[in-house]
Amino acid sequence: MIRMRVFLWVLVALVVGVLGLFAYQLRQPKDEFVESAMIGKPIPGFDLPAAVGDRPGLSSRDLADGRPKLLNVFASWCVPCAAEAPQLAQLEARGANIVAVAIRDRPEDVAAFLAAYGNPFSRIGKDDISAVQLSIGSSGVPETFVVDGHGVIRYQHIGDIRDGDVAVLLEKLREAQGA
Amino acid sequence: MMHLPPSVGDFRESRSLVGFLARAFKAHWVPAFAGMTMVWCAIALSSTVQAQDSLPPAPYAYRQLDDPALEAKAQALMETLRCLKCQSQSIADSDAPMAGDMRHQVRTRIAAGEDPEHIRAWLVERYGDYVSYKPTVSATTWPLFAVPALLLVLAVLILRRRLGGAR
Repeated sequence: MIRMRVFLWVLVALVVGVLGLFAYQLRQPKDEFVESAMIGKPIPGFDLPAAVGDRPGLSSRDLADGRPKLLNVFASWCVPCAAEAPQLAQLEARGANIVAVAIRDRPEDVAAFLAAYGNPFSRIGKDDISAVQLSIGSSGVPETFVVDGHGVIRYQHIGDIRDGDVAVLLEKLREAQGA
Repeated sequence: MMHLPPSVGDFRESRSLVGFLARAFKAHWVPAFAGMTMVWCAIALSSTVQAQDSLPPAPYAYRQLDDPALEAKAQALMETLRCLKCQSQSIADSDAPMAGDMRHQVRTRIAAGEDPEHIRAWLVERYGDYVSYKPTVSATTWPLFAVPALLLVLAVLILRRRLGGAR
């Protein structure tokens, strides 16, 4: 009889525990970001044509030329991409070499976007079917990857770059320099 | 069987349960549903406006493969891959441009003779298990499979003890 009682209390504790876990998890903010699983892996081979007239296209070889780079995945139709333009300009001013992939975009739209918000990119590849985006595990625009001199992906920033992220990205670039 | 009284909206019929429920439904749920619908429409509209890109869909985003056997293979795989833009839909269900681009990848790779599980592995390598809807037993998921089996064993044991005690 006593054993039965103990068992029932254990059951109650178990149910309360499970409900408590639900209550806790439901209060956690929802994380909708899908992180790339490619961090630490070499960037897959690709060769994209130029997205605009005044910048060359981008290939995986350009990302393994010995110098670490920021790889920005953006689109002219993407609102947060315009919002991060000042931060990208800051990164460029502080010595970052930034290359870009324009996702599903027309050359004239990219040109107009860059004319309006500035062009911090040394190269811009044109990815009309999100092939490169899928190959590096990026799930949206904008995203910014740190790629070291050997073409290995070192860090991923999801979403627009805010003021506080500039220092983080510069630090990650410095770390990639040593790699 | 439940018959609604002819005066569903009659406020004087306060003592009947059906009348009470009908009134409560009218007073709270109808405006609530209307409000929710409006909110959802607004959300749907705003996200479409935001995610507008100007390019046509990838060639095989909406076009089926000519070979029905290959298309069936592709379709089966697409139904078990998660759309990364609209995360509770499969890429077969979603009209997001990125889902279209993923369908293009799947169809062209299947057409080139690639094995569906190889394509899945390629995506999992990039996005983690999250991209696949197909359940797999792994270091993190094994309790999901073990716990029901354990509960079943426990239930059988308890039942046997109880029934045994009654005899």
